[in-house]
Amino acid sequence: MELARKWVQIVIGFLTNGYWAFPFTRTIYQGPLKVVCSPGLNCYSCPASTTYCPIGAIQQLIAGIRFNLGLGQYYLGWYVLGCIGVVGGFLGRMVCGWACPFGFVQEIIHKIPGPKFKIPRILRYVKYIILSVMVILLPLLAVNEFDMGDPWFCKYVCPAGTLEAGLPMLVIQPDLRAAIGHLFFNKLAILIFFVVWSIMASRPFCRVACPLGAFYALFSRVRLVRLRLNREKCTDCGACHQVCPMGVKFNESPNDAECITCMACMERACKYGAISLEVGGLPLHSSPLRKTTKS
Amino acid sequence: MTKHKIRKLPLFTLIFFLLLFMAGVISGEPSRVLEQSRQICLSCIGIG
Repeated sequence: MELARKWVQIVIGFLTNGYWAFPFTRTIYQGPLKVVCSPGLNCYSCPASTTYCPIGAIQQLIAGIRFNLGLGQYYLGWYVLGCIGVVGGFLGRMVCGWACPFGFVQEIIHKIPGPKFKIPRILRYVKYIILSVMVILLPLLAVNEFDMGDPWFCKYVCPAGTLEAGLPMLVIQPDLRAAIGHLFFNKLAILIFFVVWSIMASRPFCRVACPLGAFYALFSRVRLVRLRLNREKCTDCGACHQVCPMGVKFNESPNDAECITCMACMERACKYGAISLEVGGLPLHSSPLRKTTKS
Repeated sequence: MTKHKIRKLPLFTLIFFLLLFMAGVISGEPSRVLEQSRQICLSCIGIG
């Protein structure tokens, strides 16, 4: 299953970043696929990106709500919210584990040898603050004289944008180098911070700062596809705690908002067949029952 | 034998967001999103 997940991550990474003519055209993809939502955090100013980033798009729409209402245009973000809501309703944070390019990058970085640390669970709430303040409230309320707001998260924080768009654009369009200033260096520092943290901890950006992960986490109890714990078979041995890349204690909190359904607990940890994958309440696949009796 | 109950809440959630998606399509948002995503927002990526 882990191998399958890696392949899915690679294929989706290529599908959402499939415009490889950019070194020759020296610009981003501008075709019709850009109306399709990327399930994961994937900057649409990335030269290779073929889809739109839901967090970037929703911020742009929210930032322009007042201006557009003044023009009689009702662009309230329903299309983008509907897209990620449908994805979230199906998969929830399974997207983070299987389809987010930036999550995949963090997983690769975490394989670099070095000291490994846990992330305090309290920090998980920071991403909800980022979602509500930087993605919704500030773009809506902090407007200029033309009633236009800014995409605060993209502009001041998003390390995925710096990695996938900022740095590549400076390479393919050298003229832009004259325009970089403290804003770029601040974002570069944020990117370096998360890269270094990713070496020491598993998926720190996903767990602490990702607003898209925070949105998908809201679906943890209502999503169609999820892992289920069979209480009768569970021995509370705690083996599932050891393998979880998100720090979830699955036997204590089977609907945890942090669960990215990577299935490591089901495949690699549980010896008692206590964890299964279910779709809408119906089991699809369960952890292999190994030759160990319940103690 | 374990009885499995089909969960209805995910279906209602999906229908709700599908309706939201359709409302967005009807109000012409896809063209606005396409227009935005075809442009490079330099300040959004920390340049300029």
